[in-house]
Amino acid sequence: MPNIVLDWLGEHVELPAGLTAEQLAADLVRVGLEEEQVHGAAVTGPLVVGRVLEQVPEPQKNGKTINWCQVDVGEHNDPDASGAPTVARGIVCGAHNFGVGDLVVVALPGTVLPGPFAIAARKTYGHVSDGMICSTTELGLGEESDGIVVLGRDLLADRTDLEPGQDAVALLGLGEEVLEINVTPDRGYCFSYRGVAREFAHSTGARFTDHGLPQVPPPGPTPDGFPVVVQDADPIHGVVGCDRFVTRIVRGIDPAAPSPAWMQRRLTQAGMRPISLTVDVTNYVMLDLGQPLHAYDLAQVAAPIVVRRATSGERLTTLDDVDRALDVQDLLITDSPQDADGARVLGLAGVMGGASSEVGPTTTDVLVEAAHFDPVSVARTARRHKLPSEAAKRFERGVDPRLPGVAAQRVVDLLVELGGGTADDAVSDIDIVPAPATIELPVAEAERLVGVAYGEERVRELLEQIGCTVGDTPGIGRIGVVPPSWRPDLTTTADLVEEVARLDGYDAIPSILPAAPAGRGLTRAQSVRRSVARGLAEAGFVETLSYPFVDPAQHDALRLPADDVRRRALRLVNPLAGDRPEVRTNLLTTLLDTVRRNTGRGNDDVAIFEIGLVTRPVEGAPAAPSLPLGVRPDDEDLARLREAVPPQPRRVAGVVAGRATPGGWWGEGRAADWTDALAGARLVAARVGVDVRVEPDTDHAPWHPGRCARLTTADGALVGHAGELHPKVVETLGLPARTVAFEVDLDVLLAAADPSPLQAHEVSTFPLAKEDLALVVDAGVPAEDVRAAVVEGAGALLEDVRLFDVFTGPQVGEGKKSLAFSLRLRGTDRTLTADDVVAVREAAVAAATARTGAVLRA
Amino acid sequence: MSTDTTPGVPSPLDEAALDAVVADALAAVAAAGSLDELKAARIAHTGDKSPLALANRQIGGLEPADKGRAGKLLGPRRGSVAQAIAARQVELEAERDERVLVEESVDVTLPTDRRRAGARHPLELVQEQVADLFVAMGWEIAEGPEVEAEWFNFDALNFGPDHPARQMQDTFFVEGVGQELANLVLRTHTSPVQARTLLERDLPVYIACPGKVFRTDELDATHTPVFHQVEGLAVDKGLTMANLKGTLDHFARAMFGPEARTRLRPSFFPFTEPSAEMDLWFPQKKGGAGWIEWGGCGMVNANVLRAAGIDPEVYSGFAFGMGIERTLMLRHGIADMHDMVEGDVRFSTQFGMGI
Repeated sequence: MPNIVLDWLGEHVELPAGLTAEQLAADLVRVGLEEEQVHGAAVTGPLVVGRVLEQVPEPQKNGKTINWCQVDVGEHNDPDASGAPTVARGIVCGAHNFGVGDLVVVALPGTVLPGPFAIAARKTYGHVSDGMICSTTELGLGEESDGIVVLGRDLLADRTDLEPGQDAVALLGLGEEVLEINVTPDRGYCFSYRGVAREFAHSTGARFTDHGLPQVPPPGPTPDGFPVVVQDADPIHGVVGCDRFVTRIVRGIDPAAPSPAWMQRRLTQAGMRPISLTVDVTNYVMLDLGQPLHAYDLAQVAAPIVVRRATSGERLTTLDDVDRALDVQDLLITDSPQDADGARVLGLAGVMGGASSEVGPTTTDVLVEAAHFDPVSVARTARRHKLPSEAAKRFERGVDPRLPGVAAQRVVDLLVELGGGTADDAVSDIDIVPAPATIELPVAEAERLVGVAYGEERVRELLEQIGCTVGDTPGIGRIGVVPPSWRPDLTTTADLVEEVARLDGYDAIPSILPAAPAGRGLTRAQSVRRSVARGLAEAGFVETLSYPFVDPAQHDALRLPADDVRRRALRLVNPLAGDRPEVRTNLLTTLLDTVRRNTGRGNDDVAIFEIGLVTRPVEGAPAAPSLPLGVRPDDEDLARLREAVPPQPRRVAGVVAGRATPGGWWGEGRAADWTDALAGARLVAARVGVDVRVEPDTDHAPWHPGRCARLTTADGALVGHAGELHPKVVETLGLPARTVAFEVDLDVLLAAADPSPLQAHEVSTFPLAKEDLALVVDAGVPAEDVRAAVVEGAGALLEDVRLFDVFTGPQVGEGKKSLAFSLRLRGTDRTLTADDVVAVREAAVAAATARTGAVLRA
Repeated sequence: MSTDTTPGVPSPLDEAALDAVVADALAAVAAAGSLDELKAARIAHTGDKSPLALANRQIGGLEPADKGRAGKLLGPRRGSVAQAIAARQVELEAERDERVLVEESVDVTLPTDRRRAGARHPLELVQEQVADLFVAMGWEIAEGPEVEAEWFNFDALNFGPDHPARQMQDTFFVEGVGQELANLVLRTHTSPVQARTLLERDLPVYIACPGKVFRTDELDATHTPVFHQVEGLAVDKGLTMANLKGTLDHFARAMFGPEARTRLRPSFFPFTEPSAEMDLWFPQKKGGAGWIEWGGCGMVNANVLRAAGIDPEVYSGFAFGMGIERTLMLRHGIADMHDMVEGDVRFSTQFGMGI
């Protein structure tokens, strides 16, 4: 994002005296340019110019050779006997790209370089090094460094007044604050000083000079302009790839002429590296006005230039030395050696130039290109080749198509002035930029959307301020608005409304709470979910959340069979962690990770639960259709969209590990067992209001085959499972022994719940009769079957039944168990007689005998 | 004890002897120091073999003329003894009860946490609180899938395939089958619920959508790839940015107290125009009250309404979204995202059942 240097901004808009970066940020944020960061002074302390007086190479045991230098740092020299600063400082330096007599940048002890890196005198290689001779990297002036900066050679080449001892912080502009701003994608013009200055003027009313609209317009095309042809045979979405192409020629530039210090400083502060005069000038004008520019070595370009799409199989080595295979949608700048039109690729239009026509150290004649390209075409090329260049960044957000001529003129002027070149009169300018459309704005639209009664006068005034041409009212209540060329983002009435509201100030909008119509409250699913969560928490479970990302190997750890439906997971194209590319199909997989994290941190007793969505892709489901935006899809397309989104049931899972109840002064705690898991699952079902059937499931990973229950609804729909985990799973995952778990599907439960109001039974006040019953059955008969038979047999007089004892032993016989039930009987219309009780008892036993082979225990 | 010193059986007509026996009995009752002693005294002085009972038995053998006198002499005396016993019984029972209560006293400072203490996750609690606030205003709570069609996540919200903002989102994409793209993503915001709601519900619509969203950020102190947002959407006739501001101010006060307020700053989102960033005036800000970013908002873009078949010239709407994690962190002084996502029970347990 762009860096704003204050004195540079001041060339476009009047700045109040003493403006700080902080105040500038506050002014800009009001109009929508957010502060990213204020880059403080890069360097503090005594960073000074020094002249190398002596340079003695000293080979070292480690094979390196260091230079022991004496450096004259003017007033910062050490004092001689008389106290005058004449004794040069001794500094050890490992680099060799400088010599005696060179002016260098010296960081004296007390200097803080970017990093921060504090400089102090230190003993090294047998000397006391009294400071440091700096490279561009150490000064924060560039990422690459060929070694020590020599002033007059690498930087500040035009300065003849440099003296040892001078303050280098100010010389190199390293002491100024720079404001980095964040530009939203609709404000491409704010990637320039021209645009930011305009916004500053909008915010503060300061006087703005638009250097994009100079008093003297640039020259128009001449017959002898460099030949350029635009041949876009295959425009993307009907927009020609290039609608403006200006070229200018400057000859006789001194290839050795460096760019001036001020320009190097500003480029550096903007985060760009000074390279050569020609390249620096094009970058500088781009930052200044917002027009990306390219300079070719004229000698390397064969007329005509042809702007065209790539053909299949074409390749280009870009400026960054990468050989790239081109796509047929890439828009190219090509030239025509040996009269073969467009045969040679010079660059990716608006993205990056090629290496072959690059301006080099011997280039004297330069062809300047200033063009306008289709944002979509540039964006696609930049993404395809992963080249988010400065040019592409601007083109894809929108560049002013009226700017190329002005910007090219600025480049020409600077090359003539700074490089001693001569401008050709020849100008080529292909201009097929469509005239901007007029937006018909209902005058009341801003008031309708914003709620402030601006009035037509104010709307006109504000739109004119941003550069719109506002016509006379074409019809009643409407005005015709033509946005300025630098605002391609303004295409709808709402865009104009935002401009009006923004310039008038969002602070001026009143705060009025709207009255919504009467609502229906939470849905049943929503309130039930809360009840489930609260119920589990009150039962001692702690709610946790886990990421839904899964490694397929986790399914192995859970011993899921190869064909288990839970292995059929969606995969991510770009997972964060390469080892977790799948989206979870069940909660337990990730919830068990959370258990491990807790036990790993010394929480030995863990009871946790999670409520969340899982994804259960349907095999052979169609891909989602790609549909246009801004249009309501027809019902068929909507159905296809919905069908393509995989089912995502909401699940509840819980785990109990270690002790289920804590120990204390009252005695030992109780270790978690399968009943805790089943109680959790039953609690969930009860909260939803569903009676679940519980039966053993001897084959469902990751549970213990003998200690796992399958829960189903009355209709037989699978609700979930609960019980003790398989000992091997527990071992593999390193969980506490006998860890138990449940996972149930809330959606299945909700679907099974009867939404109609419960019809209450009358509470009988007749006396209670109690009757106990012990039934002996085969050990393998589920207690629930016996209980159900007793309930059925006992009939309407049974108020409640409770299994109070399970007994096995020689008294009941080998392979048998005794189940003792206590029955509570009560009449709704009379006191029960002894005969009533006997009849119930006999009927209950008979039913149990018939259904389960139960025998009344003697 | 006097029970063993019964001086024979007094004549029921011998007033002095009877008085002596009564005095003896009353003394024994008074001297009884426990319920057991009282019981012994009762048996000795009123039991079948006590002098008074034996005297009473003699009445039957008296001359008829003496019977009446003897009864008058003996009845009140027996009554006074019985009364004294009953009174003493009450006294001694009260003493015993008091002593038992003292003996039964416990150390009430002993720990009583005999059951596990559960807890809700604060992120869920905040979402419930937000939902309650909007429900109280008559809004409804809408939800949608987390794995979402790209069309709902982007196109329906006016993010075209080449829109620069679509690149701003760090999106998790879902693999297709073979060469075919799935055109599915993990939703990057709760805004697709807007699009679904507008397609499914009748107008006007006032909904809030809390939920989980995904971006490809590595977990660190301030980022997490999985986080929560709440989205608000109102579409009706005559809604303006002033209504948006009113709603946000109300929301801010409900979450951060009566001093809280909001400020809008111009910004850009593809699905709103005009758009704004919302700053919150946060009185409890570390280092002094100040503005902090809270979320994004704006008037629903006409293209979003059109994608749902709504005429943007008749209806207008506003939408806003903010991060639940950020809200929780600000309000509860949580410095590091790790605690919220790792599932360490010690984090949730701090919050218990409410927030």
